Amino acid sequence: MWFYEKKLQYPVRVKECNPMLAKFLIEQYGGADGELSAALRYLNQRYSIPDKVVGLLTDIGTEEFAHLEMIATMIYKLTKDLTGEQMREAGLGGRYTDHDNGLFYENTDRTPWTAAYVQAKGDPIADLYEDIAAEEKARATYQWIINMSDDPWINDSLKFLREREVVHSQRFREAVEIIKEDQNTKKVF
Amino acid sequence: MTQKQLPEEFYPLLEELQATDFVLVELTLYLDTHPHDQAAIQQFNEFAHYRHQLKLRVEEYYGPLQQYGNSYSATPWNWNDSPWPWQI
Amino acid sequence: MKKAGISMKEFTQRKYYTPYISPFDPCPPIRVKSYETPPNLYLGFQPYHLPQFTPREALYHGTLWPALFSPYSNPYERGDDQ
Repeated sequence: MWFYEKKLQYPVRVKECNPMLAKFLIEQYGGADGELSAALRYLNQRYSIPDKVVGLLTDIGTEEFAHLEMIATMIYKLTKDLTGEQMREAGLGGRYTDHDNGLFYENTDRTPWTAAYVQAKGDPIADLYEDIAAEEKARATYQWIINMSDDPWINDSLKFLREREVVHSQRFREAVEIIKEDQNTKKVF
Repeated sequence: MTQKQLPEEFYPLLEELQATDFVLVELTLYLDTHPHDQAAIQQFNEFAHYRHQLKLRVEEYYGPLQQYGNSYSATPWNWNDSPWPWQI
Repeated sequence: MKKAGISMKEFTQRKYYTPYISPFDPCPPIRVKSYETPPNLYLGFQPYHLPQFTPREALYHGTLWPALFSPYSNPYERGDDQ
């Protein structure tokens, strides 16, 4: 079971009304390497991995939902007071036609989120290497968004999220070390 | 729905809870891969104790932080009171 | 697995390379490209008792441990990619 806590993991502030930035941030909401994909990837892999790393997958997967809420907060604040015309001018006309100012799990080019983003091979090493790669890809995506954004407050939050990818990658690398150690010696009865 | 305005002193208190909880998140992930680090476990338990007290102070201003019985309610039921985290 | 106590300052967090430049490239060339090499590539299994940030510093760095901190800013503004 899960509990929601009514607070953000990190204080999110937005300096300027900038709908174009919202368009890019959607990538981390409903894109392949976004936070929704990350949360669902790790929580789903728990059922076919050695018990020693189930806690880690549970806790990182849970933290990803907190990151999803941070991204949603940025998009919400960037677009909540925009008119249809302003959305169109920012290149968000298609999105506005479909959703008004509502959020939707899609990437920056409006491709809807798909379960195909979530790999689960059922092989512990393959899955953990997938997770390490996913963290590095998400780290890179945050870098590219930071390179395009000139909102210092948004960039502050994005740097926090980027650093979390670094830490998660570290823990997944440690998880590989744990499951490759002696516990996997075949027991002969 | 009434528009609740949060007093100025709420914000640093929330920040302190966020900082405390962040230490707990970091120690949780660390302990998931370092289950025998006694010093880290002790630090985790100390922070867990402190966050429990801090939570009660934040809730005096903000209302319940969790539900399903993990926070107490005022009358009327105040879980649904604005602002939500993305609105603050 | 690395042993505890190893120095964490033996690496840089950014590397550079020089892409091939053709006389027929249509855009002004970026002569030096950078890429990030964060601490998780070097730390190995995290040793016990690493120095920590204070809680507030930790929050604003995104990690509790300076050894895992990876600073980042726009490389074009930094002047790294030019």
